[in-house]
Amino acid sequence: MFETPDLECRDISKSFDDFKAVKDVSFAVPPGTFFSILGPSGCGKTTLLRMIAGFQKPSSGDLLIKGRSVLDVPPNKRQVSMVFQHLALFPMMNIGANVGFGLRQRGVNRADIKRQVERVLDRVGLTGVADRPVDSLSGGQKQRVAIARCMVLEPDVLLLDEPLGALDLKLREHMKIELKQLQAEFNTTFVYITHDQSEALVMSDQIAVMNRGVFEQVGTAKELYYEPSTAFVAGFVGEANKFRARVQSLDAGVQMVTDQGQVLHGTAAGKALAKGDAVDVFVRPEAVRLSRDTALNGNAGQGRVENILFNGANSQLILRDQTTGAQMNVALPQTGEFRDLSVGDTVHFGWEPAQTRVYAGD
Amino acid sequence: MEKRVTFKGIWLPLLLVLPQMLVTAVFFFYPAGQAIWQSLFIPDPFGLSMRYVGLGNFEYLLSNPYYRASFVTTAVFSILVTVLSMGVALYLAVLADRLIKGSGVYRTLLIWPYAVAPAVAGVLWLFMFNTRVGVVTWYLGVLGYDWNHVLNGEEAMGLVVVASAWGRISYNFLFFLAGLQAIPRSVIEAAAIDGARFWTRFRTIVWPLLSPTTFFLLVVNIVYAFFETFGVIHTITSGGPQQATTILVYKVYADGFVGQDLGSSAAQSVILLLIVGALTVLQFKYIERRVHY
Ligand SMILES: Nc1ncnc2c1ncn2[C@@H]1O[C@H](COP(=O)(O)OP(=O)(O)O)[C@@H](O)[C@H]1O
Ligand SMILES: [Mg+2]
Repeated sequence: MFETPDLECRDISKSFDDFKAVKDVSFAVPPGTFFSILGPSGCGKTTLLRMIAGFQKPSSGDLLIKGRSVLDVPPNKRQVSMVFQHLALFPMMNIGANVGFGLRQRGVNRADIKRQVERVLDRVGLTGVADRPVDSLSGGQKQRVAIARCMVLEPDVLLLDEPLGALDLKLREHMKIELKQLQAEFNTTFVYITHDQSEALVMSDQIAVMNRGVFEQVGTAKELYYEPSTAFVAGFVGEANKFRARVQSLDAGVQMVTDQGQVLHGTAAGKALAKGDAVDVFVRPEAVRLSRDTALNGNAGQGRVENILFNGANSQLILRDQTTGAQMNVALPQTGEFRDLSVGDTVHFGWEPAQTRVYAGD
Repeated sequence: MEKRVTFKGIWLPLLLVLPQMLVTAVFFFYPAGQAIWQSLFIPDPFGLSMRYVGLGNFEYLLSNPYYRASFVTTAVFSILVTVLSMGVALYLAVLADRLIKGSGVYRTLLIWPYAVAPAVAGVLWLFMFNTRVGVVTWYLGVLGYDWNHVLNGEEAMGLVVVASAWGRISYNFLFFLAGLQAIPRSVIEAAAIDGARFWTRFRTIVWPLLSPTTFFLLVVNIVYAFFETFGVIHTITSGGPQQATTILVYKVYADGFVGQDLGSSAAQSVILLLIVGALTVLQFKYIERRVHY
């Protein structure tokens, strides 16, 4: 388990004038991992990736590829390759020339280039397109050409900067699966950045959640979803109902009172809490149970159905708590038990303290 | 595709294009028609009557060694002006593109030559190269070179080429810079990360992507060299020495207004008109194909 990581960042920072775009980021990516960096637009993802690629120099910190510091190594000498946000295929070259570009720069002879280009195009499922112009391909196929152009150089690490951003929703869903398969097929380390949590959750072995230049949490999709360690992660990954509250006692779990005056019980997550602290409370929509007639135990309430967002298996109810006036999003159980519920009806709802995550607020 | 405004009926569109049509008619079709008409006649020395000669003026022109020499002069002059002004502009634009932050100042400085009228530009350069009081001439003399464009045809050509090209550099620079900036940075970086050095990137990526701009400038600059350099040539050499710098446009003027040979002058205008027409058609055909994108 002590393999040298393919990529390692140690306290990497980057400042533009007096603005810190990336702050003391550290992480290590073991070989063959699909590693995603997930964060909202402008949080510094591209800046981090460009430092790894070598287009920007870190203000401080160290960067290692296969255990060797590459701070003084120019982009073309690092064993990394990059799929750009808008793919950046060369429009004046045909597909074969695009894919073979890097090999030509390395002085590989023509016959070998042709053979390798054909092989890599085969592997991405685009056999026999080498002589066609780039524009004759669909968005998804261009995507694969962009990946082939990188993979033909056999990099240690492939960097991908929101490569699905320009595709439409349907194709994006499809490409998620395909990218994951391509990564498994090439068994190359992928560092993938995106602002779309579902892309990250579906594809990644490891995800780093980034916010305002720092890594909030690094973990598997499940860890991030079920055990978010900061309020930001709890809010950004997956959906959640959020309350603001104040701690009343810490004797058995956390007892707190919300701004609307409701008493809740929860589990402390992240930093230690003290009595009187302002806290943010997160509850996932699928953690909330419903009942027509009987009041529920634990954190509970009664609410009026304000809206029904029907979306097959992902349908949701929007409830308005009758006593506190708070809004509550609840996943509609898939058993069909509540399918005849309509706007204006009143239901009981409740959830477990164990599924009520409490974070120190600001 | 594009959204277009469509008009019902014919009157509104007609009314809208009318001013443009009038201007074109008065300042282009009428004089062009006159030129074509006149090119078929030879007027008598006092301008009292005209004798119809059919294509006689053209036949005479094309068999006239001076006119044919002027063709060669024009070709040499236009190619030199175009290559020089575009080459320098491209070089400066590539530099500016690399350090785009400082290019505000750089750009403003480069605009200045464009704001100088050709004749004034001519006078400026003439002063510098004046055979008796010119600064550059004096320095060349110190270095042991005896500059005299008044007698030396090649030096005269060199001077009018430089003076004409100078005024075009800023114009070309702006187009090249805009063209360079329109190339996505990621495409260049993709080439860089694949190992292409600056010169390879320029040759294989930048230059092809810049080709629509280059082609447009090529046509515009050739047309400029053909016509708008009149002022420069008139002030610096007046076409001399011994017609060494008499380009076609200058010959139209020299034969028509100085030599009073109106029939021949008109025929020359018609030939020029045909050349420009051909260039324009070429440009549109090419631009329609759009090269890349
Ligand atoms: N070259 C630069 N100069 C100044 N600020 C920059 C530069 N590049 C990025 N930034 C700033 O750094 C922040 C992070 O940008 P970026 O890494 O592109 O974010 P993301 O890719 O996560 O959307 C943004 O606020 C952006 O304005
Ligand atoms: Mg970005």
